[in-house]
Amino acid sequence: MSIVTVQLGQCGNQIGHEVFSALCSDIRGTHGLCSKKENESYQDSCKERFFCEEESGVPIARAVLVDMEPKVISQTLSMAASSGHWKYNSHSHFCQKQGSGNNWANGYSVHGPRHKEAIMNLVQKEAEKCDRLGGFFTIMSMAGGTGSGLGAFVTQCLRDAFPTSFILNHVIWPYGTGEVIVQNYNSVLTLSHLYQSSDALLVHENDVIHKICAQLMNIKQISFRDVNQVIAHQLGSVFQPTYTAGEGSGYSRNPLGDLMETLVPHPEFKLLGLRNIPQMPENSLPYSTFSWPGLIKHLRQMLIANAKMEEGIDWQVRPPHPGSSIPSTNKPLHFNTSIANLVILRGKDVHGVDLGSFQDPSLYTPWLNPQDAFSAWKTPRAFNKYEKSASLVSNSQFLLKPLDSIVGKAWSMFASKAYLHQYTKFGIQEEDFLDCFTTLEQVISSYTNL
Amino acid sequence: AMSLPFAVGQCGNQVGCRFWDLALREHAAVNKKGIYDEALSSFFRNVDTRSGGNGPDIYKGKICSLKARALLIDMEEGVVNEILQGPLRDVFDSKQLITDVSGSGNNWAVGHKIYGCQYQENIVEKLRKTAEHCDCLQCFFIIHSMGGGTGSGLGTFVLNLLEEEFPEVYRFVTSVYPSGEDDVITSPYNSVLAMKELNEHADCVLPIENESLFEIVNKIHQMINSGKLGSTVKQNSLVTSSAGSAKTLQEKPFDEMNNVIANLLLNLTSSARFEGSLNMDLNEISMNLVPFPRLHYLVSSLTPLYTLADVNVPSRRLDQMFSDAFSRDHQLIQADPKHSLYLACALLVRGNVQVSDLRRNIERLKPSLHFVSWNQEGWKTGLCSVPPVGHSHSLLALANNTCVKPTFIELKDRFMKLYKKKAHLHHYLQIDGMEQSCFSEAISSLSDLIEEYNELDATKGGPRIDPSRLKIAV
Repeated sequence: MSIVTVQLGQCGNQIGHEVFSALCSDIRGTHGLCSKKENESYQDSCKERFFCEEESGVPIARAVLVDMEPKVISQTLSMAASSGHWKYNSHSHFCQKQGSGNNWANGYSVHGPRHKEAIMNLVQKEAEKCDRLGGFFTIMSMAGGTGSGLGAFVTQCLRDAFPTSFILNHVIWPYGTGEVIVQNYNSVLTLSHLYQSSDALLVHENDVIHKICAQLMNIKQISFRDVNQVIAHQLGSVFQPTYTAGEGSGYSRNPLGDLMETLVPHPEFKLLGLRNIPQMPENSLPYSTFSWPGLIKHLRQMLIANAKMEEGIDWQVRPPHPGSSIPSTNKPLHFNTSIANLVILRGKDVHGVDLGSFQDPSLYTPWLNPQDAFSAWKTPRAFNKYEKSASLVSNSQFLLKPLDSIVGKAWSMFASKAYLHQYTKFGIQEEDFLDCFTTLEQVISSYTNL
Repeated sequence: AMSLPFAVGQCGNQVGCRFWDLALREHAAVNKKGIYDEALSSFFRNVDTRSGGNGPDIYKGKICSLKARALLIDMEEGVVNEILQGPLRDVFDSKQLITDVSGSGNNWAVGHKIYGCQYQENIVEKLRKTAEHCDCLQCFFIIHSMGGGTGSGLGTFVLNLLEEEFPEVYRFVTSVYPSGEDDVITSPYNSVLAMKELNEHADCVLPIENESLFEIVNKIHQMINSGKLGSTVKQNSLVTSSAGSAKTLQEKPFDEMNNVIANLLLNLTSSARFEGSLNMDLNEISMNLVPFPRLHYLVSSLTPLYTLADVNVPSRRLDQMFSDAFSRDHQLIQADPKHSLYLACALLVRGNVQVSDLRRNIERLKPSLHFVSWNQEGWKTGLCSVPPVGHSHSLLALANNTCVKPTFIELKDRFMKLYKKKAHLHHYLQIDGMEQSCFSEAISSLSDLIEEYNELDATKGGPRIDPSRLKIAV
C-alpha cells in the first residue's frame, strides 16, 4: 500500500525533502547486512510505499507540496532534482505569493477555503496513482500560519474526501523560547482542530532534537537542516518496511493502519511520541557496537522516565510495584504511564531479542490488556547504516508536560487579550479560542489521569 | 510578494534615493547572472525598453531595464529633479512622480489639507497603475519625516488613502522624528498632527531620530580616524556608506545618515526577498510585533555597523553582534530598550548564522531583559541566508518596547510649549478644513498612547500572576 505525503508550509516542505532523501539513501545503501533477496524485498516495499516509477527510472516521491509563498517549494523541488536519485513530480505542488503571516486564522479561514479545490485536486491525482492507498502522512509545524492553519484545514478536507483512509499528522512543536511570538495560539488552534480529523499526531519537539544534535551528534553550529535530518532519520526508522507478523507473511502492507491499530485504541488519546536509539555522528558508526539487551534496557528506561535521548536518563524512576492494583494517583510522579507502545527493531540478530520488559503490566494504564498494549515490528535489514537501530513509538504521557506548558502560555496571553485582533479580523473569534482551550484541557486531563 | 515604497517630501525622497541605490547594489551582488528573479521583483519591474519608451513588463529571463516600484511625491521640485538627473534616472519614469513647485512651508495643514485635496485623484490614479504591475502586493512603505509639511502632512494623507483604496495591504511607515534642536519651529505641531494619523492608520511605524543616526555616523568616523582599524575596514560594509552603489563621489551631508535608514529597509525586507532556513515575511512582522492595534511603534537597531576585512569571524564576534543589537547606541531612536519593558521582540539574522547561534544568544540575553508577563518568551526569529553587501552576517532587531515613551512625552512637551502660547497657530487655522479641534484631538490621541505605555510600565517588575486555567469535570 502506498502513502501520500502532504508537505505543508516551510517546515513541512523542508522536513519532507529530508525524509524522502533519507528513505532513498537508505534503500540505495549497501549496508543492509542481510541477504540480497531480503534487501530487494525491502527496496521494493519502500518504493511501493513512498515512490512511483517513471520512464527515466528516477523514483518520484508520492507527495504534494503546499505553501503560501514560493521560495521554499522552489528550493525543495530543485534540491531533490539535483540529487539525481529521486525527485518530486514537477506538477505536484501548490503555492501562492503572500504567505500566511504566521496567522492561523489566515491559513485556516482564508487560504483554506480559497485554495481547497486546487490542493485537493493534486491530492486526488497522487491518490489515484497508488494501486492501493494506505493513507495520508502530513508534515507541518504548528507554530506558523500555513503548516498550522492551512494544514488543519487540509487535514479536515482529507478526512471529508477520504473518510475511510488513515491520516497521520506529523507535527513539529517549536522551540520553547520562541520562534514565533504567537506560536502558542497557533499551536492550541492546530492541535484542537487536528484532534477532530486526524487519526494520530506524531510529534517532534525542536528543543529535543536540538539537544540530540548538540550532545549526541556533536554538531557545533546546528542548522535547521541538521535538525530536519535527525527528524528524517527517526521517521525513516518507523516508516521503512518491517515485518509486523511472522516473517513468512512478507513486509507489512499497511503501515499506517498497523500503526493506528496498535497505538490508538481510543480516540481521546492520539498523541504519539517517538524515540530512536542509538543516534551518533555518521563517522562514529563504524567504531560503535551495541548489544540488543543494552539497547532495549535503555529504551525501556527512556520510556519510563520520559527521557528524550539516551544520555542523561534518570535510572531512579521505577514503575510502581507490579501485581497490586494501584490507583493511578499513587504512581510515582515522574513515572510515564503508557496506553500503548510499539518497538521497532532493525538490523543484525533481531529475531532473538527479548522484549518481555516492555510487556510489564505496570508500565501501562489498567484499562487495556498488556498483550494488546504492546507490539513489536522487526526486520533484519539494517537501517541508514546503523548495524542495530531501535525505535519506540509511544502513546503515553510523553507529551503531557510540553502540551500543558503550551496551553498554559497560550492561556496567559489569551487572558490579556493580546494579539486577538489579528485573529478576529480573519474570522476566528474568542469563542473559537475557548472551544480549542476546552478541547485541549480535556486531552490534558485524560492523559493526566492514566 | 511585492512592496511599494512611497517617498514623500524632501527627507523621504533623499532617503528613498539612497534606498533604491543600495537595493540595486544588493541585488547586483547576489544576482550574478543578470536574470530577473523573484527577489528582484519585490522592488523592481523588468521593462522591455528596446522599442523605446515604456515597453511591456518582462517577467522572466534576462534583465532588460529595471524600474523601481515606487511613487516619489514632493511639493518642491529640487530633490526629485536631482534624482532624475542623477545615476538613478532610468530607474524611475515620469508617471511615478508627483511634484509641485512651492512646497508646504513646513505646515502640516498645507501638506495634508491643501495638497492632499489637490492631488488626491492624481495620487490614486498613479497608485492604481503602479499596483497593477504587481501580481501580489503585500506591503506599502511610506518614507517621510514628521517635522515638516509635505512628508508629514501629505505623507499622512497618502497613508489614509492607502487604507481606503487597498485596506488589505500592510502599511509600514518609516518616520524621521524631529529633535529638540530642530530648526523648524513648528515641527512639534507637524509631528503631533501626523502622529494621530499614524496611530489610526498605520500597521507598523519605525520611528527614527536624527540624533541617533548622527551618533552612529560619528561613531564610525571616530573608529576609522582613530587609526585602530584604518584601511582594514571594508568600505562597502559601512552601514553609512554608498560605496559600490551608483552614486557619484559627491556625498551630500545627509547621505550617510540616510544610508542607515536605507539599510534598515533592506534588512527588513531581506527575508521576504531572499531564501533562508526560517523565512520572515513583512506580514509576519506585523502579526507578531503588534499585540494591540495602537501599540505598533517598533524600535529598530542594526548591527554590525561595519565589517573588518578579515574573513574568519570567530563565534565570539557573532555573539557580540547580538549584544550590540540591544545596546543603547545601536538603536535608531534615543531609547534604551534594555531598561524598559518588552512587549515583543523580533530578530532577523542574515548570512552564515544558524538556529543554534540564535538560540544560544537568546538564552544568554533573555535574563537581562524585561518582558511583559503574558509574553515571557516573546521572540520572533528569522534566518535569511543572504548577508548584506560587505558582511558575512548581520542582525536587525525590532522591539515593541515601552522605551518609545520618552520620545513621545518629549514631543508632547514641545507641542504644549507652543500650543499654550498659541504660537504660530494661525498659520494652521487659516487653512480650509483646519480647526482647533484638530489640535486638541491630535494631542489627545498622543496622550492616550502615552497612557497605554504607562499602564504597561506599571506592570513591570510586578508579581507574575498566571490566570487560572479552565477546569474540566473528570
